[in-house]
Amino acid sequence: MSVTVDVAVVGAGPAGLAAAVAAAEAGARVAVVDAGNQPGGQFWRHAPETVQRQAADVQADGHGHHGWNTYLDLRARFDAAQHAGRITYLPGLQVWMAERSEDGFVLRTTPAVASAGAAPVTVTADRLVLCPGGYDRQLPVPGWDLPGVLAAGGIQAFIKANGVLPGKRFVIAGTGPFLLPVAAGIAEAGGKVLAVLESSAPSAWLPHLAAASGVPGKALEGAEYAAAFARHRIPYRTRSIVTEVLGSDRASGVRTARVDPAGRVRPGTERVYGDVDVVGFGWGFTPQMELPVSLGVETRLDADGSLVGVVDDRQQSSVPGLYLAGEVTGVGGATLAVLEGLAAGAAAARPDPGVPVKPPAAIARHRRFAQAMHQAHPVPAAWQDWLTPDTTVCRCEEVTAGDITEAREDLGARDVRSLKSFTRAGMGWCQGRVCGFAAACLGAGPGEAPGAGSLAGSAKRPLAAPVGIGELAALDG
Amino acid sequence: MNFGNGPRGSDVLVMGAGVIGAATAYFAAQQGLSVTVLDKGLPASGTSSACEGNILVSDKELGPELELTRYSLGVWHNDLAEHKKLWEFESKGGIIVASRESSLASLNRVMAVQKGFGVDVEELDQAALREAEPHISPEALGGASYREDCQVQPMLVAAHLVRLATEAGARFIADTPVTGFMRDGGRVTGVRTPRGDFPAGAVVNCTGTWAGELAAMAGVEVPVLPRRGFVMVTEPLPPMVHHKVYAAEYIDNVGSSDAGLQASPVVEGTPSGTILIGSTRERVGFDRTVSTAALGLLARNATALFPFLERVKAIRHYHGFRPYCPDHLPVIGHDDRAPGLWHAAGHEGAGIGLSAGTGKLLAQALAGLTPDLDLTPFAPARFGEARPQTASREEATA
Repeated sequence: MSVTVDVAVVGAGPAGLAAAVAAAEAGARVAVVDAGNQPGGQFWRHAPETVQRQAADVQADGHGHHGWNTYLDLRARFDAAQHAGRITYLPGLQVWMAERSEDGFVLRTTPAVASAGAAPVTVTADRLVLCPGGYDRQLPVPGWDLPGVLAAGGIQAFIKANGVLPGKRFVIAGTGPFLLPVAAGIAEAGGKVLAVLESSAPSAWLPHLAAASGVPGKALEGAEYAAAFARHRIPYRTRSIVTEVLGSDRASGVRTARVDPAGRVRPGTERVYGDVDVVGFGWGFTPQMELPVSLGVETRLDADGSLVGVVDDRQQSSVPGLYLAGEVTGVGGATLAVLEGLAAGAAAARPDPGVPVKPPAAIARHRRFAQAMHQAHPVPAAWQDWLTPDTTVCRCEEVTAGDITEAREDLGARDVRSLKSFTRAGMGWCQGRVCGFAAACLGAGPGEAPGAGSLAGSAKRPLAAPVGIGELAALDG
Repeated sequence: MNFGNGPRGSDVLVMGAGVIGAATAYFAAQQGLSVTVLDKGLPASGTSSACEGNILVSDKELGPELELTRYSLGVWHNDLAEHKKLWEFESKGGIIVASRESSLASLNRVMAVQKGFGVDVEELDQAALREAEPHISPEALGGASYREDCQVQPMLVAAHLVRLATEAGARFIADTPVTGFMRDGGRVTGVRTPRGDFPAGAVVNCTGTWAGELAAMAGVEVPVLPRRGFVMVTEPLPPMVHHKVYAAEYIDNVGSSDAGLQASPVVEGTPSGTILIGSTRERVGFDRTVSTAALGLLARNATALFPFLERVKAIRHYHGFRPYCPDHLPVIGHDDRAPGLWHAAGHEGAGIGLSAGTGKLLAQALAGLTPDLDLTPFAPARFGEARPQTASREEATA
């Protein structure tokens, strides 16, 4: 099947929903391709919608969600545009390849892993808005490959989608404000959070409060989480990390330590938490860059060390007709993603407005806040010291930190591409989505952060999603 | 690894640290020559990192290339035996499968000739073929088994040969593109780079698809052209494909100069569980655009050979540019048109397999010995006279 529209939107999370609504309301014919089976993305993931459900149920799904009213508003407009025939909604599909054509873009899709039997669709569009979001950034530590170790966002998604917990007793570790809603969500759902370990320190926030003051809503969120932590007696330990996940065939505990501002372990501060069945790690987010990179957009390193796309005031990338919104322009959360989505959708619908368009001031404020947040919650410079030579870095291909050090020191590997060649790190099922950042750091050397070139090498995935060979065989010449 | 400068002169300067340059440097160092290797990036950044790592006898035409193949196979098995594990050397064997009566007849003819030249090939009837490859298509009529076909991980070959060469005294300098040649009269006496000049007794052009450009800089024509190939990689699976399995049409394609898209299935399992599906051949210059036509063709051919692949997912694909000469022979040896300049390039899709032999033979010639195998059929001068030098004459600076 194929669909031809004015504007194609990839993703139906906060940015994608907003972009689709804005483009459709500006008069464009829109197609939305999304891996999920219903709109919302990771952020507004909720229980499966069925025809029997009432409006009250959907309201109730909002429990534990931030900005649920924003979702309901966007969703109502999305549904209205869909009924009016202005939005073609293509759920359960992943884009495995995006191509530039003579006068636009072509998207090739494949059924998503958890899709409810969607058939592949080819989407042709004059303009393209990419809102693929991001996923939890992971750093390896000894034992992180044991069952029972999850991404912090994975725990949250599990709760949102299933309404139940993936375990009983949790330790959450990493850095960033995202650890707070994850821990609060676990506690609200009846789980026990033994500790939240934050490698940074609240005092790190102080110099950046000025920037934050432009976004009062964020302070309110923080206060809500503080209240939830007090209510559930969740210990919040700063300048603390998990140095090792303990357990033989699955996670059963963690060893923790206090660290200095660079992330170096302070001797004598080690401590063991036993009787843990789920360990959640979150070190910020990695924007999902394979589609923007494959289409050749100009990229840059953001304040959190992630590779992101460069956009202008109207969210247009360096590729004419290609707009980016949400985490791929810099990790900044759902509110910013919605604002960017609205701007991108409107711009894609009317590529030439005739008059200069000023971006909403709120976008700039939220970006400043996000920058401050990234600076307050850096990946600790000394994190590579936490590894032992036999710590697994690439779980798919079972490549250890020692293998990578050897490739760097003996064979001259120094970026993701050469590491991949020499060690197979990032060659497996996940194609480096989990280990890419860590491998890039290890390739750069102890205490070093990877450059944009190395991260772009990691984000370069000629198949943006796994695709059936039977489907490829059916491609017409 | 030595990335430093030090004294700049050497007996041999190798341009390019792909698998050919790495093997040349390794064997030249074994000959006791002082060696400098320059690469514009890292080892194995070009075609060596974008191929399948084949060491094949089965696809060679009779003549000088088969001779070189058999010689090279001996070098892999003998001279380099102790290092096999470093580059995951695997004697997996190749099987050519015929699915039509007509192609079975051609295959049988080829086999008879190859046997006469000492190639280790065995005919497989339908039952034997199914025993060797239980998941082969029920359409397959029969095949030929080439036990000498083997495989290496080519990036590891290049990187380790460079490392071993440096341990034997060679010097490797990364990120150093050659921008011109030092000349003394007609003679090439070294190279110019952004890091300064590197004088050398012999300069060896091992720059693969770029070899023509470098040769032109020295005023000689070496027509090495790129021929694009796509390879697809599946999700990891339990062992389903045990050999390198080709369709009988493969042999016809290799020798073709047709510019259009061609492909015949080459399907093989790897130690990591993924299955490689190759390979297309297109003359489209250095076009890096992903071609859905090429992917579709690969998929159709592969599923015709192994129907189970239809239900398997591809997780990535890659493409590379095979460096080929119009007469489908590599160019190996001293360039009499520009004394001091040597070439080892244009091995097309066979560069990994031929690298060991090429390196060893060239090192013998560089050391002033008579090579074990006559290199005349590969001589650079077969491409005609030297052109007037484009660059002004430059004096050697020691």
